[in-house]
Amino acid sequence: MSTTTPTTPTTQQNPTYSEAFQSGVREEMKLNPNIFILGTDLVERGGHFAQVKGIAQEFGVDRVKDSPISEAAMVAAGLGSAMYGCHPIIDLNFIDFSLGAMDEIINQAAKIRFMFNRPVPLVIRATSGVALGGAHHCNSLESLFAHTAGLSVAVPSRAYDVKGLIKTALRSPDPVIFLMHKKLSGVRGEIGDENTFIPFGSANKVKSGKDAAIISYGYTIVSAQKAAQNLAEQGIDVEIIDLRTLYPLDTDTINETVQKFGRVVVADEAPMFGSITAEIAATASEANFKHLKGPIIRVGAARAPLSANPQMSEAAIPSVNDLVEAVKKVMSY
Amino acid sequence: MTTDSKWGKETLRQMLLIRNFEETADKLTLRGKVPGGMHNSSGQEAVAVGVMSALDPKDVIATTHRSHHHTIAKGMPVNIVMAELFTKATGCSGGRGASMHLADVENGHFGGNGIVGAGVGIAMGAAVGIKQMGHKKVAVGFVGDGGVNTGRTWEAVNMAVIYKLPLIIIVDNNQYAVETFVERVTGGNDIAKRGAGFGLPSFTIDGQDVEEVHKYTLEARNRALAGEGPTFINALTYRYYGHNVGEKGQYRTQEEIADWRSHRDPIDRFSAKLISEGALTQADYEAMINSVAKEIEEAVDFAEKSPLPDVSTILDGVDSGLLGASK
Ligand SMILES: Cc1ncc(C[n+]2csc(CCOP(=O)(O)OP(=O)(O)O)c2C)c(N)n1
Ligand SMILES: [Mg+2]
Repeated sequence: MSTTTPTTPTTQQNPTYSEAFQSGVREEMKLNPNIFILGTDLVERGGHFAQVKGIAQEFGVDRVKDSPISEAAMVAAGLGSAMYGCHPIIDLNFIDFSLGAMDEIINQAAKIRFMFNRPVPLVIRATSGVALGGAHHCNSLESLFAHTAGLSVAVPSRAYDVKGLIKTALRSPDPVIFLMHKKLSGVRGEIGDENTFIPFGSANKVKSGKDAAIISYGYTIVSAQKAAQNLAEQGIDVEIIDLRTLYPLDTDTINETVQKFGRVVVADEAPMFGSITAEIAATASEANFKHLKGPIIRVGAARAPLSANPQMSEAAIPSVNDLVEAVKKVMSY
Repeated sequence: MTTDSKWGKETLRQMLLIRNFEETADKLTLRGKVPGGMHNSSGQEAVAVGVMSALDPKDVIATTHRSHHHTIAKGMPVNIVMAELFTKATGCSGGRGASMHLADVENGHFGGNGIVGAGVGIAMGAAVGIKQMGHKKVAVGFVGDGGVNTGRTWEAVNMAVIYKLPLIIIVDNNQYAVETFVERVTGGNDIAKRGAGFGLPSFTIDGQDVEEVHKYTLEARNRALAGEGPTFINALTYRYYGHNVGEKGQYRTQEEIADWRSHRDPIDRFSAKLISEGALTQADYEAMINSVAKEIEEAVDFAEKSPLPDVSTILDGVDSGLLGASK
């Protein structure tokens, strides 16, 4: 572990993914008194993933509110107060629990600006992605939100992006679905300072390569890095693009990547049928048909609920080997 | 009121079985045997056994994320429950569910749930089915003190009242939702009154007294079978362990836990009563404790030795296939 890093002068050790969230939220809460956080078990426990630990102690319980388990009312509280002029962060814990507040999110929050010309500066934060927990705790709903006009969707894969994106979200007049992968909660990394804002719709090149590219986001970026190592041993140099947000989508980077290689894999751990990878593969193929050396290959999960049994759950989502095979396949054209 | 000796012994045995199951499974979870962890119901045995002992085996229940006690009291063999916790193929859900998704729909167990507040609605729906089909059964929906703050719970209660459904709503009120004390998040601070506001008989009862739970459930069941509609029961109880296995937290004092354990433990209370009434001897009681421990040991052995589910089955049963599949 490096002793000091230029971007985090105040901490010896790089913060975790969860602490990066705390850091970004704290900075913005200091500047904007209208930001508050509402969710279950936030005040003492600091949230189920320690994502707001210590913030209630610093800012008081008027700005970090413990909520009853009432997801529809939680999002409604965020929606109405955002219309009124606050900038709430509604912490839904697991994105699976948003399903009890879908009307508030999709019919209401997403449409108010279009219908009534009123901004809805609302952040809905939750963990997402596949980990242990089974059918009701591992839904990947990001495609559904990205599909909904009026919503933006952030899917950071590292501490730096968590902080930079939440800071941007907290200056945005629009509703943002902020999805943090459970398996990344404790992963440490550098973070930016109080002036580091990551714009939505800007992908990050995690690794450059010469032969082919994997476009992905969230935890799959970790798998893609492992796949890239494996492929390097086989003489294939793969580039990795982390989308960071799914809406807006960085189509410029996607198009450049497709044009550069003509060999592209798009991967995530959501069920493939009707997913964001389908959107990317379709639009990128339409726009760059002449540059393609073969079809864009998608890697994703089975169209099945996830099981609590870890082997079953692992088998349903892409493995490092699935990514390796997909890249070899695009190389074969 | 003296207790019927046969009923009393079986009731006590079931509570002991649940307690031993939970304490054993808790340790196994800490050793990594239970993928995803589990919610320990130790302390809440009387609610489960009191309710279930008043039901017919064919009655329907739908429950929560904390449901080992309901499931065992409903009659599922402990080896099948343990195997499901281990996510083995021999578990009640074939290893797909683990601790939170115990079910045996065929035998009226409509499932534990990963979603807080979902159980009452499912039980209410089962009650609609029972009524539509003219069956003489009831459905029981369990919910926690935290779950009673979900809107869906009250939509279901209201519907049960207007349709006079054979439904019993049981609040397994252990007074905490994760680390949140019930009073901090319950407007009016009277859950039974909230129920009464929907126009159905509604009671707060001592959930550590298995006979009281049994009596109120039996009366509710009789009303339901007589076509008089649903009943709401808020059973006060206490969980001895953390929300998830391994969690401790600073949100309650050790004294509070010790007080509940030493003065109100449902097993100690009931065994003392049976012994004082002469319905049970100390020797019987010890023999019962040992036989229960043996049964749980065998359940662990069964779970350990059971095969894992076949990963090639991950797509099986998503739908019936009768409408066809994409080809
Ligand atoms: C809709 C929904 N929201 C939040 C959660 C996360 N969660 C799981 S259990 C729990 C606490 C439930 O408390 P209570 O209803 O009192 O049941 P207990 O755990 O005490 O048995 C919470 C918040 C969830 N599983 N589902
Ligand atoms: Mg509770």
